[in-house]
Amino acid sequence: MSINSQTKTNPWLFRFAVLTASVTFLLIGLGGLVTSHGAGMSVPDWPNTYGYNMFAFPISKWVGGIFYEHTHRLLATAVGLLTTILAVWLWLKDSRTWMHWLGIAAFLGVVAQGILGGLRVTLHMDSLGVFHATVAQLFFILVCAIALFTSRFWTGLNTGAKNFFVPHGLRTLVLATTLLIFVQLIIAATIRHQHAGLAISDFPLAYGKIWPDTSADAVASYNAHRVSVTEESPITAFQIELQMAHRVVALAIFILVAACAWQACRRLGGKDSLAKLAIFWLALIFAQVALGAVTIWTNKAADVTTAHVMVGALSLVTGALWCLIGFGRSASALPDAQTFGVFGVQTSMMANK
Amino acid sequence: MKFSSFFLLLAVLAFLPAASAADIIGVVTFKGTPPPEKEITPLMDNADCAAMYKATPTTHFYVVGPNGELADVVVSLKDVTGKSTGASAPPVVVDQKGCVYTPTILAVQTGQKIIVKNSDTCVHNVHCKPTVDGNQESNDVQMPGGADLTYSFPKPEPFLKFQCDVHPWMFAWVTVVDSPYFCVSDKDGKFVIKNVPPGKYTVEAAHRKLGSQTQEVEVKDSDVTVNFPAFEVK
Repeated sequence: MSINSQTKTNPWLFRFAVLTASVTFLLIGLGGLVTSHGAGMSVPDWPNTYGYNMFAFPISKWVGGIFYEHTHRLLATAVGLLTTILAVWLWLKDSRTWMHWLGIAAFLGVVAQGILGGLRVTLHMDSLGVFHATVAQLFFILVCAIALFTSRFWTGLNTGAKNFFVPHGLRTLVLATTLLIFVQLIIAATIRHQHAGLAISDFPLAYGKIWPDTSADAVASYNAHRVSVTEESPITAFQIELQMAHRVVALAIFILVAACAWQACRRLGGKDSLAKLAIFWLALIFAQVALGAVTIWTNKAADVTTAHVMVGALSLVTGALWCLIGFGRSASALPDAQTFGVFGVQTSMMANK
Repeated sequence: MKFSSFFLLLAVLAFLPAASAADIIGVVTFKGTPPPEKEITPLMDNADCAAMYKATPTTHFYVVGPNGELADVVVSLKDVTGKSTGASAPPVVVDQKGCVYTPTILAVQTGQKIIVKNSDTCVHNVHCKPTVDGNQESNDVQMPGGADLTYSFPKPEPFLKFQCDVHPWMFAWVTVVDSPYFCVSDKDGKFVIKNVPPGKYTVEAAHRKLGSQTQEVEVKDSDVTVNFPAFEVK
């Protein structure tokens, strides 16, 4: 039996999932602005805001850093509400049991993320900010995956496309690259949540060298020369090395994504949807490298830095969706896929109720 | 008679150490040209704060006089611990006025109270971020006209950071010393550590951006001048 004969998508559920993913993306951007403006602790209490119920906090008091932090909290609440509705909708209307649990995972994820954000404020822990940023990326992948799984594109994956099977080597390459991007985002979150400003102030060189001197005298000299309005704490050798690791991993990601795009075009043909997605991915990485450079050249201008965060999130989710489609497509192309399937592409994606 | 002689002797003994104490004095200087300061432009973007200025204020990392006199250097006796009289010392006042902390560099003893005022017409949060175990991080709201906030720290710590996250250019740096033997150099680069008991000491001069340097001194019964080499940006 063809998959299409078994599957009927719910376009409104799909649209709602896309809306949830889109608002989540905006929330990541707003979170980026909070950190870029050093405003994470500008509202000292949680879940209240300056003693007010969050929703009753007067707009006249949304000033300075409070504006970014408070609007971040409000938008997070909106994402929480959207995710709750999405989870309930999936539970009631999607026939795939694993989709029910994916909805529950998203609900638990958004609750955990909210608590992490609150604890980061009340416990005064910068390190929790790293977890908060990392969980945000994972949650974004999850809601984007839900949007993908509720789409007509997903349910119609095996409708007669040529070269349907995605070679194992290509899938592995994209998966490895996506994991490396995730590692890169953790490094970036660690850099940002140390609130030390730019550990290296020039690019493409680093303090005028290919690899900077991190001796105690050199670091003291770097600190003496740093004059910043936001007067960050002194940088350390570790922070310089972390920034260098970020640059090296960025170069590796650029090469790997270029290889993925080239391999996808070569193995699947340039007109294949996955080849096009890989080219889009490469364009994102180009933009991301450029934004990284501009971030340094503008001494971490908040809007540029936040754009860097957002394109980073898009790069990660693009790789993740590529993997899901690639693995799902290959699974449904296998001879025994009618029996087993992967992610419900072939066997369990029944009609939405 | 015997009784009064005894009290006279006690009084003499009590005042002996004070009488033999001396001051450590000196001038801290800077050699070369400091990095240029930056205008605090975000301050002028904030209506509440900008109203208090005619021109854009600048950072003041390097407060250097015409002849290289260097202000805001914390000078203290290194390795003198357990001598704090902070609990009974008068509190030190830090004001938030014009959306900046005044002063921005200060020093207190362990246990000494720091009173933070808000003379502005806008809200601030007072977020102190110690890095030494035992000193407590806190983040408090201070409304305009709100009650003063009081802080104290039990452990010595150099340049403990106070900041306002509502106005992310606002910082004060508090050095906590475990003795009363410290001071901050003034705009003429002068420093005076008062009433130091006789003995050999290591005197440390620490600048937030320029690091620190030390000199060995011996205090006897008269004031001692310490000459630190000029600080410079290398």
